[in-house]
Amino acid sequence: MKQSPFVFSKSFITTLLLQTAVLSIIFYGVYTLLVNTQANLEARNIASGFGFLSLESGMPISNSLLPYSPTDSYGYAFLMGVFNTLYVAFFGIVLATLLGILIGVARVSGNWLVSKLAEIYVEVLRNIPLLLVLFFTYTIALAALPIPRKSLNPFTGFFLNNRGIYFPRPIPESGFWLVCLAVLAGIVTAFFIHRHATRLHRETGRVIPSFTLGMIAIIATPAIAWWLTGGPMSWEYAVLKGFNFKGGLVIRPEFSALMTGLILYTAAFIGENVRSGIQSVGIGQINSSKALGLPPGLTMRKVVLPQALRVIIPATTNDYTSLVKNSSLAVAIGYPDMVSIGGTIIGQNDQAIEVIALWMGVYMTINLVISLIMNWLNAKVQLIGR
Amino acid sequence: MTILSDANREVFIFQPMHDLPAPLESVGIIGWLRENLFSSKVNSLLTMAALLFLWKTVPPLISWAVTDATWSFSPDPCSIEKTGACWTFIFVKFRVLMLGLYPEQFIWRPVLAFAIFLLVCGLTVFRLLRARFLIALWFFLPLPLFFLINGGMGLETVDQSLWGGLMLSIGLAAIGIIMSIPLGILLALARRSNMVLVKTLSIGIIESIRGVPLITILFMASVMMPIFLPQGMNINNLLRVQIGIILFSSAYIAEVVRGGLQAIPKGQIEAAISLGLKSWTVTCFVVLPQALRHVIPSLIGRCVALFKDTSLVIIVGLLDFLGMIKASAQDPEWLGYDAEAYVFCALIYWIICFSMSQYGKSIERHNRW
Repeated sequence: MKQSPFVFSKSFITTLLLQTAVLSIIFYGVYTLLVNTQANLEARNIASGFGFLSLESGMPISNSLLPYSPTDSYGYAFLMGVFNTLYVAFFGIVLATLLGILIGVARVSGNWLVSKLAEIYVEVLRNIPLLLVLFFTYTIALAALPIPRKSLNPFTGFFLNNRGIYFPRPIPESGFWLVCLAVLAGIVTAFFIHRHATRLHRETGRVIPSFTLGMIAIIATPAIAWWLTGGPMSWEYAVLKGFNFKGGLVIRPEFSALMTGLILYTAAFIGENVRSGIQSVGIGQINSSKALGLPPGLTMRKVVLPQALRVIIPATTNDYTSLVKNSSLAVAIGYPDMVSIGGTIIGQNDQAIEVIALWMGVYMTINLVISLIMNWLNAKVQLIGR
Repeated sequence: MTILSDANREVFIFQPMHDLPAPLESVGIIGWLRENLFSSKVNSLLTMAALLFLWKTVPPLISWAVTDATWSFSPDPCSIEKTGACWTFIFVKFRVLMLGLYPEQFIWRPVLAFAIFLLVCGLTVFRLLRARFLIALWFFLPLPLFFLINGGMGLETVDQSLWGGLMLSIGLAAIGIIMSIPLGILLALARRSNMVLVKTLSIGIIESIRGVPLITILFMASVMMPIFLPQGMNINNLLRVQIGIILFSSAYIAEVVRGGLQAIPKGQIEAAISLGLKSWTVTCFVVLPQALRHVIPSLIGRCVALFKDTSLVIIVGLLDFLGMIKASAQDPEWLGYDAEAYVFCALIYWIICFSMSQYGKSIERHNRW
């Protein structure tokens, strides 16, 4: 039956009316908001727009990755905050994943004591607020470590005190680029060894120890280059001057407390994902791979893990994005991340709307990138139907 | 042995001996130990390492928290000679930790409110009322309790800036959850709607709230909301923060509910439509009841998460339980008791969150409701 294009069903008209109503409500709401905001901003003498980003900030930042001084602009200060957030997020994700895998494997371990300990860890960390964990680690980093004069000194050049963890700063000398080149060459060689080994395995069935050979290439080439050029690197040690240490590289207690707290907390969640992933693989799979004579390591790598990852990856994506969002708690212990620096900017010039918009933009971008990478990984481990 | 004599021939009939008992090392305690702790060299090493760890941590912890600790209720500072915890600090600060600066003469009001709250929790957990009465009770509950704590209608008003402690944490979380469930359901239904505009709007709201940390939403509620409101209209900080928490929570609950809605097979809806039900009746009486039943465990998970998240209000200047703990630890008269304060705080949070998640697990296991 052919319908005339001008006859609409009843439900179509209802939807149209409803949507028009919603649209007009939204327009009215946005309009009132704009009018209110305009009036309020004028009444309070607050500027609007992003022009403030080029003004001189005048605020100090205790930890910045790039050189920064209070005479730099707000925009640059905020960028330092973004870098700090990215820095915490990246290392947090990597280390929390490693610890989380350890916890998850411990939870399914055949050793009763180990699995109980892992369970206690998970149940404790999952049921207390992250902020409390951070206060705890920060108190330990500040109060439990000694003052600079009485620093712990486990190795030469390393100092541990309540102002931070100090270690020697490497200073490259002439010829260092050769070592860098050697590292690169080692990695390329390892890649080719791996490709050759895979092809050999596929075509002839012969197995060569590609992993060991690759590691030798990666480690030995730079070592030889290092030896040939005569160790082109010197170290700048931290030295106690007056009440504090000067020189060397330093990890501030705020950073170490934030990292420790985030990693411990997130690892509990990732551990749960890993456990449920491993337990989702049927026992028949493991038994049959045993029956086929696969050694335990190979069973884990080729049978259990690929199937477990299908469960683990989507859940862990959520935990990664939460970790990034949780890194904003840095503001509570004084680590200058994006939220903390943005908060200071709001306090100085009251331009809350712009700063919050910047926050949202950056967080959404980071989370989008994480989702994209994890979705790509997830697609790789999915069952490929033939 | 039976011997049949048949023309001098002896016939032996085979009779098996009794089974030997299982070897001693594979049954009982020893067997359990061998199987679970010492099944291989690696396992034995792990067990030894774990035992060493326990031996190094547990006895000092017990002596700190129990045997060497000061348990006196008198408000004198603990003596320095005792090396253990000073629980006197917690006893002295208990009222502040629980209720904030709530005036002492009205203390019965929050206590009564808490008792009523516990009673309703008990009714829910032990299923003493039918589900629909429980739901009605939970939605009705915040109002009388608010009047009881806030005052009004004959009771003297207590300024909201004096509220604090665990009372504030539980209040923010409970009202946050109760208010965000209807909002979340609405958002979830909107996200599955056929109307493009409504769907886009709902996706936009949910994803932009879920994309940012709670802190930025609290900042927004605390700093930006006054700018958005008409001039002359003022909302106090507590209510602003509560609105922020409700918005935050409803986006997450919307995603939970959406999961439940997706679990309802299409046949259910088609069957309902073919019976002549209108589309909103289908949603309210066929789809939603089933979907919500599916997601109760995840909703309880959200309750736990939200209760933990309310600790962030300390950043916008409210003194909830964790805030009071921190403030007490910095009290100049009681310096140096951070460890006691944080351990007590962790214990209370843990008890509440752990029992909630166990309740969620039990619902999941028995598949009731």
